Amino acid sequence: MEQYEKIYLYQRIVRAKLFMDHHYADPIDLTNIADQAHFSKFHFIRLFTSIYGKTPNHYLIKIRMDNAKILLAKGYSVLETSLMVGFDSPTSFTAMFKKMTGQPPSTFQKEQEIKRKAIQANPLLFVPNCFAETHGWIK
Amino acid sequence: MISRITHTCIYVLNQDSAYDFYVNKLGFKVHTDAPMGEGARWLTVTPPDQPELEITLFLVAEGAMFDKETVQTMTGLIKKGTFGAAVFTCQDILATYEELKSKGVIFKKQPTQEFYGYEALFLDDSGNWFSLAQMDA
Repeated sequence: MEQYEKIYLYQRIVRAKLFMDHHYADPIDLTNIADQAHFSKFHFIRLFTSIYGKTPNHYLIKIRMDNAKILLAKGYSVLETSLMVGFDSPTSFTAMFKKMTGQPPSTFQKEQEIKRKAIQANPLLFVPNCFAETHGWIK
Repeated sequence: MISRITHTCIYVLNQDSAYDFYVNKLGFKVHTDAPMGEGARWLTVTPPDQPELEITLFLVAEGAMFDKETVQTMTGLIKKGTFGAAVFTCQDILATYEELKSKGVIFKKQPTQEFYGYEALFLDDSGNWFSLAQMDA
């Protein structure tokens, strides 16, 4: 019985985590997230942090930044990206991005663009020679 | 003196499907996705907290590297679940198990307390199996 209760508790926390994974672009807050797990906010924060090693709020910021990196690498503007990952303004997004990654989103995007062009121009630069040779990519 | 591993590879039967499995289900990051011509593709992913280790999702296909017979043999062995490709660790195995299961990942063994710690076994989309362990177990 105790084991079932534990599994059920885990399922509720995981449900809340997946809710964030799916709705990071929406204006969700701790109340929405804790509701998904049917916990009080305090209890939810304590359990989530013990399982994932970071608070729900910190986790939400992380997935927003991770997805922002993907969007920036695809060429979306800073404004578009900020709105697509749940920020109200590009200013607050830029400040958070810089705090989390150590560089402004525009700089990150330029670096990704350079990498993308380098891959297109000479993909072999990104493949260790032994693999390239056995694949027949180096004649 | 060898100092570290930069690349390792997992043989897969379909790179599109492997991309979906490793990125969308396991949460790995794409490191390099480069078309190499004639349908070939260099695809590497990294574990979320280990961005320096590139795992190459290596397609088992007939070409310069594998002949037809080798492809047939390897495909059969991979589908059969012969290869245990790696051990992955996570902070909390029960939470990770519940999440992956909800995403459709198939487990051969649910989290179990062994003498060496908690462990579960799951399969990728090709048939490779992996051990999932809890970091502090």
